Amino acid sequence: MFSFSVPLGKLVRAASRLRGGGSAFPGLVVEKIDPRFMQRTLSSLPFGVAVVSGTNGKTTTTKMVVELLESQGLKVFTNRTGSNFTRGVAAALLGAVDWRGQLDADVAVLELDEAHAVHFVNMVQPRYSLLLNVLRDQLDRFGEIDKTAQLLERIAVKTTGTVVLNREDPRVLRIASSLKPQADGGPSVLYFGLDTSLRSTFPNDDDMRSSGSDTSAASSPTAVDGSDLPPADVVLRRVGTQDADFEFDGELVSTRMKLRGVYNIFNAAAALALARAIVTASGRQPSMADGDRLVKALSEVAPAFGRGESLVVDGQPLDLVLVKNPSGFRLGLKSFPAEGYATMIAINDNYADGRDMSWLWDVDFESLRQDGVDLVSGVRAYDMALRLQYDDVPVGGVETDIPAALAAFISGAEGKPKRVFCTYTAMLAIRRELSKITAVEVVS
Amino acid sequence: MSAEESRMEYVSNHASKGTIRVLQLYPRDMNIYGDWGNALVLQQRIRWHGYTPELLEYNVDDEFPDDVDIILGGGGQDSGQLIIQDDLQARGPMLRDMAEDGTPMLVICGLYQLFGRFFKTSSGTIIPGIGILDVETHGSSERLIGNVTLDSPEFGEVLGYENHSGQTTLGPSVRPLGMVSKGAGNNSKDGHEGARYRNVVASYLHGSLLPKNPAIADFLIRTAAERKYGTFLPGHPDDGFAMLAREHAARRPR
Ligand SMILES: [Zn+2]
Repeated sequence: MFSFSVPLGKLVRAASRLRGGGSAFPGLVVEKIDPRFMQRTLSSLPFGVAVVSGTNGKTTTTKMVVELLESQGLKVFTNRTGSNFTRGVAAALLGAVDWRGQLDADVAVLELDEAHAVHFVNMVQPRYSLLLNVLRDQLDRFGEIDKTAQLLERIAVKTTGTVVLNREDPRVLRIASSLKPQADGGPSVLYFGLDTSLRSTFPNDDDMRSSGSDTSAASSPTAVDGSDLPPADVVLRRVGTQDADFEFDGELVSTRMKLRGVYNIFNAAAALALARAIVTASGRQPSMADGDRLVKALSEVAPAFGRGESLVVDGQPLDLVLVKNPSGFRLGLKSFPAEGYATMIAINDNYADGRDMSWLWDVDFESLRQDGVDLVSGVRAYDMALRLQYDDVPVGGVETDIPAALAAFISGAEGKPKRVFCTYTAMLAIRRELSKITAVEVVS
Repeated sequence: MSAEESRMEYVSNHASKGTIRVLQLYPRDMNIYGDWGNALVLQQRIRWHGYTPELLEYNVDDEFPDDVDIILGGGGQDSGQLIIQDDLQARGPMLRDMAEDGTPMLVICGLYQLFGRFFKTSSGTIIPGIGILDVETHGSSERLIGNVTLDSPEFGEVLGYENHSGQTTLGPSVRPLGMVSKGAGNNSKDGHEGARYRNVVASYLHGSLLPKNPAIADFLIRTAAERKYGTFLPGHPDDGFAMLAREHAARRPR
């Protein structure tokens, strides 16, 4: 069927690209002229739509799912540019369809922001959903963590095929009980999980600060013992410096990993669970050989933009670690130990970062006390410096201007590997500066 | 023994001007948006003033510790407020006696509301408070959210971040903590923020409140020391970062 809106939308898209305009504008145009465009196009996909949502790790996880499915020969449509809202999906679709509005793909894997995902699933029912976590993020937008959990629940309820849940996050785990049983037409439920030995490295927000410097997950009974947790389809058993062990189908598989950080690697278990569900349903039974190919693909996934990226500056590695909420920051500090590294922290409070700085007080910075922090930067550099002062962490200097701070940091830490913890817009500024002196992946 | 422990031991054996016991109320269920920072700031500043801090916590069904010098309470989600409700009612008379007696207390957001007379939810349910503060709170569908600046007659300019949908109105026996120059404060009409009664400071401000407002932290510590030891001998905390953080925070948009 020919649709007039598609060529028009594509023209707008081409025009706004030329202008250097935003990626969502053409999506807005097609949404206005042909509101059913997205639904019609996506429902034509033979293996349906998978939605990835949750507060942390959506981008990297979505990227992993896509690469895993491609390793199985599936053609995948995804919203790669980080347009994780409905209009962004429509815009990405316009770029991918041909002039007749046909999408040449087997399956769509879409990263969606919690609130937008609810809007999206009301228009397009996903066959799969992968719900990662409910952490203290963007609370200034949704008010409360429990409300975020309700948003994820609504995504799960609309899912027709399989819902994949993080069994380690009590709020995500609880979603299972709100779903119709499969016998009554509800979706099937799969879990991804952690080995008991790794649970203490994954505090949920309820455990964040029960007392003093105790950072264990001790106050949550499920987090400690785990005996009442459901069995998981994929379990992350062990994380080494450059490798990891996953268990699925009753077998333990060891693989090297390009991804860094325990946190990202746990999301690899999530991606594996979703990809396995899609591959199985597509009729390509994951035989032993396919399982190997999945794991090989997993080992080759590189981190998404800014999520534990490693660049080279002056012959030394420079790691960029995106931090945007307390759990993310704590996991970042745990995943990337300070010893031997020069450290910089850049904190902005622009809209995309969140205006509320309270979260810095929910992170424990004791692990930086020994080596100190070389430079603190960003609009809220002094809030960060003050936070470090109260944890007795020495601060080498404070410079709110990010380019100036980065230059001072690089020249002051010559010959040393470097690490920068930064909020989202601080990371954009840092990448812009670094692209002047080293090769930085261009994000389209 | 860690460096920290040996330092504490040294301080308590040789140089301490005395011990100050800080109790966090319900940190397990009422501790959100960095409220922990208030406890950390008191602990460190007590040390910087030359006293020895003891940080205690009280959760539902715990035994209530004796000889508490400062009480701290934070915000929580609706679920947290439900969990603590009965226990707080049972402890109400004792907490009220302590407040009347002059114990310095800081209560933020959720516990500010529950230290008042009641919280009436938008669906009409009444959650009783413990009535230390002559205030009442009504749930609303409007969320008051963003950076706040207020002018306090006692503490000067106070900076923080609010995030609440409860609208609190003050009765005649409390006074506001200050008048807002940016943000909403207690409710969307009156233009004031927080409540003061005896040595109780109540506020909606997270941020955390105390790090960028050391004057309030030092008020709590001074009051505790004077009640316990007759005098307060201040030390010299370095507030350079705090002052710069205040300057930069004051310039940020709502
Ligand atoms: Zn609050």
